[in-house]
Amino acid sequence: MSLDTVKHAADTPDADQPWAELGLKEDEYARIREILGRRPTGAELAMYSVMWSEHCSYKSSKVHLKQFGEKAPENDALLVGIGENAGVVDVGQGYAVTFKVESHNHPSYIEPYQGAATGVGGIVRDILAMGARPVAVMDPLRFGAADHPDTKRVLPGVVAGIGGYGNCLGLPNIGGEVVFDPCYQGNPLVNALCVGVMKHEDIHLAKASGAGNKVILYGARTGGDGIGGVSVLASETFDAAGKPAKRPAVQVGDPFQEKLLIECTLEIFREKLVAGIQDLGGAGLSCATSELASAGSGGMRVELDTVPLRDSSLSPEEILMSESQERMCAIVEPDKVGRFLEICEKWDVIATVIGEVTDGSRLEIFWHGEQIVDVPPRSVAHEGPTYHRPYARPEWQDALQADDPAKLPRPADAAELRAQVLRLAGSPNQASKAWITDQYDRFVQGNTVLAQPEDSGMVRIDEETNLGVAVATDGNGRYAKLDPYTGAQLALAEAYRNVAATGAKPLAVSDCLNFGSPEDPAVMWQFAEATRGLADACQVLGTPVTGGNVSLYNQTGDTAIHPTPVVAVLGVIDDVTRRTPMAFAEEGQLLYLLGDTREELGGSAWSQVVHDHLGGLPPRVDLERERLLAEILISASRDGMIDAAHDLSDGGLVQALVESCLRGGKGARLVVPDALDPFVFLFSESAGRAVVAVPRSEELRFTDMCGARGLPATRIGVVDGDELVVQGQFGIPLDELRTAHETTLPGLVG
Amino acid sequence: MARVVVDVMLKPEILDPQGQAVQRALPRLGFEGIADVRQGKRFELEVEGPVDEAALARIHEMAGTFLANTVIEDFTVRVDEAVRAES
Repeated sequence: MSLDTVKHAADTPDADQPWAELGLKEDEYARIREILGRRPTGAELAMYSVMWSEHCSYKSSKVHLKQFGEKAPENDALLVGIGENAGVVDVGQGYAVTFKVESHNHPSYIEPYQGAATGVGGIVRDILAMGARPVAVMDPLRFGAADHPDTKRVLPGVVAGIGGYGNCLGLPNIGGEVVFDPCYQGNPLVNALCVGVMKHEDIHLAKASGAGNKVILYGARTGGDGIGGVSVLASETFDAAGKPAKRPAVQVGDPFQEKLLIECTLEIFREKLVAGIQDLGGAGLSCATSELASAGSGGMRVELDTVPLRDSSLSPEEILMSESQERMCAIVEPDKVGRFLEICEKWDVIATVIGEVTDGSRLEIFWHGEQIVDVPPRSVAHEGPTYHRPYARPEWQDALQADDPAKLPRPADAAELRAQVLRLAGSPNQASKAWITDQYDRFVQGNTVLAQPEDSGMVRIDEETNLGVAVATDGNGRYAKLDPYTGAQLALAEAYRNVAATGAKPLAVSDCLNFGSPEDPAVMWQFAEATRGLADACQVLGTPVTGGNVSLYNQTGDTAIHPTPVVAVLGVIDDVTRRTPMAFAEEGQLLYLLGDTREELGGSAWSQVVHDHLGGLPPRVDLERERLLAEILISASRDGMIDAAHDLSDGGLVQALVESCLRGGKGARLVVPDALDPFVFLFSESAGRAVVAVPRSEELRFTDMCGARGLPATRIGVVDGDELVVQGQFGIPLDELRTAHETTLPGLVG
Repeated sequence: MARVVVDVMLKPEILDPQGQAVQRALPRLGFEGIADVRQGKRFELEVEGPVDEAALARIHEMAGTFLANTVIEDFTVRVDEAVRAES
């Protein structure tokens, strides 16, 4: 086929073009023609189609995401906000931290190992592109029913992929989540988070300015990986049979290449050789060139035939769309190009000057001297279509909320209560995730302070001052299904609480918003409510959203997943030796329950495990209380008033106690407070609560502090023996609890 | 006993990091002139009973569901005639 040049396109205005196959709508195609004043060339069509896909353009979500900027709380710590590869936060002592969570859901369903592995690789490059050294990763995961045969295919592959890629890079995996629910059958959620550290002066931005500066593509050669993946694979609803409608070319990751890319890039940063930098992820070169040019002065000229190829038969359109992994694009001043290439050669990284920044305002791409792209880059990268999709509260929402769990039969006697405690502790969602997290390297680099199953992952970032950062990710699709506004706030509240429980001060938020099809008004309503809830809550808690990702079309046929906003909170701790672990380790320490316990069982683990029920309202959110609780937890940690703390969330108090007892190998004796029914005391999921272990010598100081600040603190028992005892109810030996808690996952997927 | 060989290769468009590593190592060891390396794997199946169409169909199914990951790999099935002749 002859080359579709700009000139050829102008001469043949009526040529048929496969815009529909590339996922463009008729009006979008018409708009491209209007922008260009002619029909697009094949290469231009490829670029617009990937960049205007839902995945890259956020066309359905951006009208709602705007709130994160508009409602952003004043926060002196925020150095770089939404819109860059990742947000950057000041953590003191001259350090800045960048973090972001992203989805790799659909690719991980198709090919679990490579999908999950390249998810890790992609987010690591995002963090690298900000100028930071990646220091840790985390993976919030959601799968279908634990006993479904396809979960046996997807879960081990995903876990091996994350472990394989992360372990090869030498990055500790310090946390995340694993959740099972039939709603994720066929649409598993594989979200990946990375944290990176740099000095303030090392922040790099993705923009191309300075005419004459060179555009350098470096890293792996370009192959046929994931061509069209971004628009086709990432945004195409799976048909009811569970097979993807179009066969993608799966991207394969090479973590050793990525490791070289990291070290090479960091050395290039150290020598201050780049004026702008961008990683190549979804939409490959189309995205990198148009975004760099768009964020800069606008003009860029690229000789596409200079791109090093793995497969020489690739067409220019394919090269522009390829999602080959482990590639980066840098803008370099001409006199620094030599040194840049030298460093790349030292690291065995292929680097090629593929073009230069021009003083024009067009992105121009040439293929063997003939022009195949001539576009205003902003129209590709930043001025794509915006949809105000209709949204409406689904008619079933009222019935769902009216289906109150209060009517569910409760345990009739102490024996049944005991049995349900064990059943919950061993249910797939509450059971130990060690089978999974043990496959990840959690301690490589020697800076991991806390990792799963602790409330948040914590790494030291300065070996002399012991400055550290903590990150927790949380999300509860069941809560969000009952009430997306509250559900999103609960996700934030839980992650915020988890960070504070380990003694770190929460600073900033990144979010991965996993939803069904935006073309369904009910899903769009869930999305609108969840974003509004999250933005409102961030404002109250003073933690801005710094970036993140939206994953839509997570549905099979007409059935969407539960709305699943996953929220990551990053916090800072001045001295990691002051961290608070979750384990009850000292006999005789007093257990205090902080916060108020109400009868709140809507969306609870108990209602799911015992009754397979989802209805009613999720727990109430009181953000001022969350903030107070966090302040108390942080003060108590800093001043040595508590030796253990564990946040209360799904499964309620009893689940927290089970985990803390098993973690420390110590039992506990509990007394049910007079005002509470034992069942509600143990299983209610009221938010804004934590359980802490207080040394006797600190009791007075601790309770005085809680009293003075107005935080309810109820003494509920003592760390003691090798049994979990609820007085007047039951006792469960730790061995029995451990068997229930730790054999579930190996039994299901091991 | 007859032998059936299943060869599994990554599909041509799929990145092969192992093959690339081998290719990069070759010139370092003095072996010039190799433009590309793709690495695959070979299964030798000793089949009980006759290798008839039914047996081959079963092996095809086995290869497609277990020996190869058909999302990223192709496979071929062939009867090792040398072994068949011996037996």
